[in-house]
This record gives sequence, C-alpha cells and structure tokens, in this order.
Amino acid sequence: MSPSDLVSSHTISVLVDNEPGILARVVGLFSGRGYNIESLTVAETDARENLSRITIVTKGTPMIIEQIKAQLDRLVPVHRVRDLTVEGPHIERELALVKVKGTGERRVEALRLADVFRAKVIDAKTDSFVFEVTGNSDKVQTFVGLMEGLGLVDVGRTGIVAMSRGSEAL
Amino acid sequence: MKPEEPATTGADLLVKALIDEEVEVVFGYPGGAVLPIYDSLFKQNRLRHILVRHEQAAVHAAEGYARSTGKVGVVLVTSGPGATNAVTGLTDALMDSIPVVCLTGQVPTHLIGNDAFQEADTTGITRPCTKHNYLVKSVANLARTVHEAFYVARSGRPGPVVIDLPKDVLMNKHDYTAPDKPVQHKSYRPQVKPEASKIEQAIELIAGAKKPVFYTGGGVVNSGPKASKLLAQFVHMTGYPITNTLMGLGTFPASDKQFLGMLGMHGTYEANLAMYHCDVLINIGARFDDRITGKLAEFSPHSKKIHIDIDPSSINKNVRVDLPIVGDAGHALEELIRVWKSRQPRTDLKALKAWWAEIDGWRGRNCLAYKQDNETIKPQYALERLYHHIKDRDHYITTEVGQHQMWAAQFLKFEQPNRWMTSGGLGTMGYGLPAAMGVQIAHPDSLVIDVAGEASIMMNIQELSTVAQYRLPVKIFILNNQYMGMVRQWQELLHGGRYSESYMESLPDFVKLAEAFGAVGLRCHEPAKLDDTIKEMIAVNRSVVVDVLVDKTENCFPMIPSGAAHNDMLLGPDDKAAKPMSEEGMVLV
Repeated sequence: MSPSDLVSSHTISVLVDNEPGILARVVGLFSGRGYNIESLTVAETDARENLSRITIVTKGTPMIIEQIKAQLDRLVPVHRVRDLTVEGPHIERELALVKVKGTGERRVEALRLADVFRAKVIDAKTDSFVFEVTGNSDKVQTFVGLMEGLGLVDVGRTGIVAMSRGSEAL
Repeated sequence: MKPEEPATTGADLLVKALIDEEVEVVFGYPGGAVLPIYDSLFKQNRLRHILVRHEQAAVHAAEGYARSTGKVGVVLVTSGPGATNAVTGLTDALMDSIPVVCLTGQVPTHLIGNDAFQEADTTGITRPCTKHNYLVKSVANLARTVHEAFYVARSGRPGPVVIDLPKDVLMNKHDYTAPDKPVQHKSYRPQVKPEASKIEQAIELIAGAKKPVFYTGGGVVNSGPKASKLLAQFVHMTGYPITNTLMGLGTFPASDKQFLGMLGMHGTYEANLAMYHCDVLINIGARFDDRITGKLAEFSPHSKKIHIDIDPSSINKNVRVDLPIVGDAGHALEELIRVWKSRQPRTDLKALKAWWAEIDGWRGRNCLAYKQDNETIKPQYALERLYHHIKDRDHYITTEVGQHQMWAAQFLKFEQPNRWMTSGGLGTMGYGLPAAMGVQIAHPDSLVIDVAGEASIMMNIQELSTVAQYRLPVKIFILNNQYMGMVRQWQELLHGGRYSESYMESLPDFVKLAEAFGAVGLRCHEPAKLDDTIKEMIAVNRSVVVDVLVDKTENCFPMIPSGAAHNDMLLGPDDKAAKPMSEEGMVLV
C-alpha cells in the first residue's frame, strides 16, 4: 500500500456562522459525498459575532481529507477550516456521563476506579452512581469499558472538542 | 411624533433589489405564495417577466440566458410544487456552474413546519443542489439577502442560489437597503488572483515541455469573454495544441489549426491520444470529470499536471496534480502571458515539431468520418449541413442530451465563447428548448437553434407554448432516429442488443405538433432535400420545428467505453468486437 492509500483519522475545527441550517449543510455534505463522521460536536462559541465552532473527527486517505476540507471551506457560512491533526500539536477532550447500577463490592469497585480516572460523582443513589469523566477519547473509552463489568446501564458522550496548543487562535 | 411608516412591502423591496442588481428578465410561474411579487411586477415596467409552462423550464431558460450573456439568470416560482419542479434545473446549474438566482415562494412564517398547503422544505430540499440558499424570515433582511445572493451566485465559481420567501415577509413593510459596493462578505471570499510564485513555476513547466497539451473548460467561459481572448493569445504564443471539454467549446476558435477538437468519451482521437501521451498537461477551468478522464489509473500517465481552478475543491479531487493554482482563469492567463513575455522562454522547437507530427498522424485517422449514402440522412451529415448554413450568421446553439448532443459537439464549430449551451454535468434531457428560449430572449435578433433528439424534446415540449406567446423565433432541429439513441447505443455495445424500453413508441407527428403550437413544422428524410429544409428553417422568421428523420442505427464514435483509457478508443462499429468491456466498466455510467 502506498502512503496515498493510507486511511487516517483527522480532527477538523470549523468556524461557522451560527445560523439555522448550518449543521445540516455540514452533515449533508458528509453524507452526500460519502465521507465518514466519527465524532461531531457543535455549539455557539462567540455570541457577539454569532459564531459556532464545529469539531469533526473524520477518516480518509490524504486526498479525501483534502477534499473534505476544501468542500467545507466552500460552504458560504464557513469562516475557517483547520485540520488540527496536521497543523501541529493539539489537545482533544471528551466528556462522558456514565451510569452504573449495583450494590456491595461492585459499587465500591466502581467508585474506586472512578477515583483513579478522576471521574466525578454527580448523582448518587443507594444503588447507582452517575459519573462525569473527561479526557481524551481513549481514556473515556477505557473507563466506560471498565464500568461494563460493574453494572453499566447508560452512557452519554459529547464527542470530541479540540484545540491547538500554544497561543494561536483558530 | 409617530415615526413614519415605511412605505415599501417586501414584494416591492424585492423588485427594487432585482432592478438594482441590473436584472432585466425574470423567468417564472405564479402561484399562491408569490402573488404579492406578481402584484409588484404588474405595477412596474422595468422587469420583464417570461411566463414558462413548467418551473424546470424556467430554470433552464435562466441558464440559457445566463450562459449566453454572462449575467445572472433569475427565476421566480411558487412554494411547494413550484420549488420542487425547479430542483432539476437548479442541480443542472450547480453541475455546470451557471449563475442563477431562484426566488421561491413559501407559506407564511407562522405556518412553516405545519404541512400547510403547498408547503415544502425548500431550503432543505435545495441545500445539496444549490451553491447556497436562504430562508428570509424577516422583511428587514430581505433586500440585503437578495444582494448577497446575487454576489454569491455570480462570484467565485458561479452557481445557483435559492431565496425562499414566506408570504408574510413579502407583505410586511420595511425600508430598502441598497447593495454595498464593493461587496464584503464576512465569510465567503473566493480567491480570484493566483499566487505569483505558482505562475512562475507553471511557466517553467510549460516552457520545458516536449509534448504539451492545453485542456480548457467551462471555467474559461465563466471568467468572461476576455479570458477566451487571453487563452487564444497564450496558446498562440506557445504554439502548443489545445483541446476543450464539452463545457469549454468556444473558448478557443474551433477553426484554429492548434485546436484538436473536444476530448473525452466522445472526443476526437487526436485530443484523447494527446492527453494520453503528453508530458505536460495544462488544465485551465476544467475539473477532470469522469467523462474526460476515462479510466483514472491510466489517465495521462506520463504528464506533469498543472490545474488552474477557482474552486479549491476541484483540485486533487479525481486526479492528483503536480501544480495546483487556485484562481480565476482570466486572471491566471493574464499573469501567464505577462510572465511568459518578460521571461521570453525558449521552447524545445525540435521536440514540439515531433509532437505535432505525432498529432498529425492521429488526425490522419479522421476519427469523425462517416458514410453518407443517397437513401437515409446520417445525423452527422445533418449537422454538417446545418453548420454550413449557419456559420456565417450570428448564431447560438443549445442542445438536449444524448447522441445528438455529442454529434453537435463534434460537428458544429464554435469560434467564440457563450455560443454553446448544453447540459454537461447533469445531462438533463429537456434542457435545450427552454435554454434556447432564454438565449433568444437575451439575443432577440440572433439565430438560436436547439439541436434536439426526438426523445429529449418531449421532456419539455410544453414550452412550445411559451415560444408561441413571446413569438420567439427559436429553431428546433430534431435528429429523429426513433430511439433514445445513446441508451440504444449502450444497449447495443454492452447489453447484447437487447433494446429494453429505448424505442420511442407513439411519437407525435412533429409537423402537426408544431402547427398546433403556432410554429412552422418541416420534415425531411431525403439527403438531397436536407439543404433546402435547413434554408427554409433559417429563412422563416418564426419558430420552426424541423423533424429530420435520420439513420436509426447510427452510433456516436469515437467512444471511450466506460472504464477504458484514452488510448483504448472505439473508432467505429468495426472496433467493438475486438474489445469487450471490463466488469468495472459495466458498473460505470
């Protein structure tokens, strides 16, 4: 396989006008052109300028990734497109809410592991916890995996938000 | 004191905004949601409204108008079915980068989402088939949105823009906002000027070429007529061969000896082989479409590729290029000429001579040859004769889609841009007649001919009524072989001659049909009478439908079968047995 066939994962930040339909434009572009979305987060980040930031994790060959960025940039309400994966070091975080049901030793073990992962207890009943865990996707995934053996009943994940290291803005 | 009531309704604001955008003609069809706009149109005489008979035709007419003038074409349709009928035209305009602004009516804002009568999610439906679209929710934003829409439609890589207009917005009142000059959009800023360093690199590559070829497309047309002049100038300076895409025909004079004809699936032998064997390929304003490249893995395998395109997403999409240049074709050509002049590079004349000798060898195959007998009219002959009679007149050609379209591209010669209107990307049957109406509206005194097939023409035949209403002297030149010819051709070559549903049963009598719509109908089936028929068609200063009965089994050659490479062309009917199509090729369209 040549390097041009290698599929890799990229984290792309997109700064857009916060207007109705913008998410549909972005998502429609991915589905219409057959690109993958592994994770997608979106929220308003600048109320004064009415801007939202979309973070997309996608997968493809180098040529496909270039296409995705060019296609995103072509959308009229898109201000900026940055591929954090190629533009130097960056950090990624995800938050998950993890509900675990159980009593006795399993409950204590869940709490102990939560402590190791620096997960916070944000809801507690005598037979359940809801943990809030943040970190990169691997950490969140590992924590969720451990909870599976300890009475996991529900998971909600935010998807990835990401930012470049250093002083530069998007 | 009570503040003064703004005097203008949304509909009046809209009309004012259109006039400020220098719109002269609107192609449309009324309905409940757009009644306020029609009322405003009624009260003024600056904008001319052309009433079509189907909304799809309104968009194609606007495309013909836009393509032949360089202006933005404007469409006005009602909500629901009005908007959904326009979708094919919008997609067509998107694929071929034609600037169109389409105004769609919408149910009043308080009813949106309630499944109201004639409601459709127009912005949702048209999102993937427009360059951009807007839903105007307040009359305060209306004029500004219209100005922005025109800017988006005409700038950068042009395309269709929809403005969805709820009825209450059209009836509410507000003050007018004039357009900003120059427009400064907050996020949309197409790159027009190419990077200087890239132009320098391009000149180096071009000057050092031993087997170069220019390959230019619709982007040169969209850049304006000056770009075509610059293209000719640059191509002449270099002495290199040039081929055009279907959309690029007319950007370089077809009669020029450096012109190799159209390339691609039904392009000439010399153009395709030049693409295959070249060492430097200079793409200006074309997009390496699959009709052009054939088998990607074997596309122009030995060349360094330069790609000039205003749309960065067109670059490295299908074909990886060595030197991408983002910018407008005209600007890039201006820079290329300037740098070439200042550097005075020496090209390898000896290599070029050998290259031209090779090309002349391919030309010698005479790949467009056909055999005309005394019995039946060959479609190619009909077009050759047509061209003979129109070439010294001011003329515009539109086409439908299929064999006749490819023959028209091969046998009609285009010396200037904006003279050839065809549905390239989407391949929309039914495009030609409404497009011809749009062209004729823009050029009332020119000869406008829709080269049609008997199948395609039926798809928007209702427009003969529009033609009659506005007394448009459009000529409809039907190459009637009683088949969906291109479908039949593929069935012959790929599906064992099983002509499934491609025979046109129960065709109308086109002469009587023409007469029913107030046009002149002519029919010709003898080669000997063809010239007289064409002369009569041109002489009559009315709309004419010419039913030319042509050979039913003629196929369009040369042909690169799907999935094959440029050096693997079928030159004629005798070629087909030798080369069965690959499995991968069968899957392709």
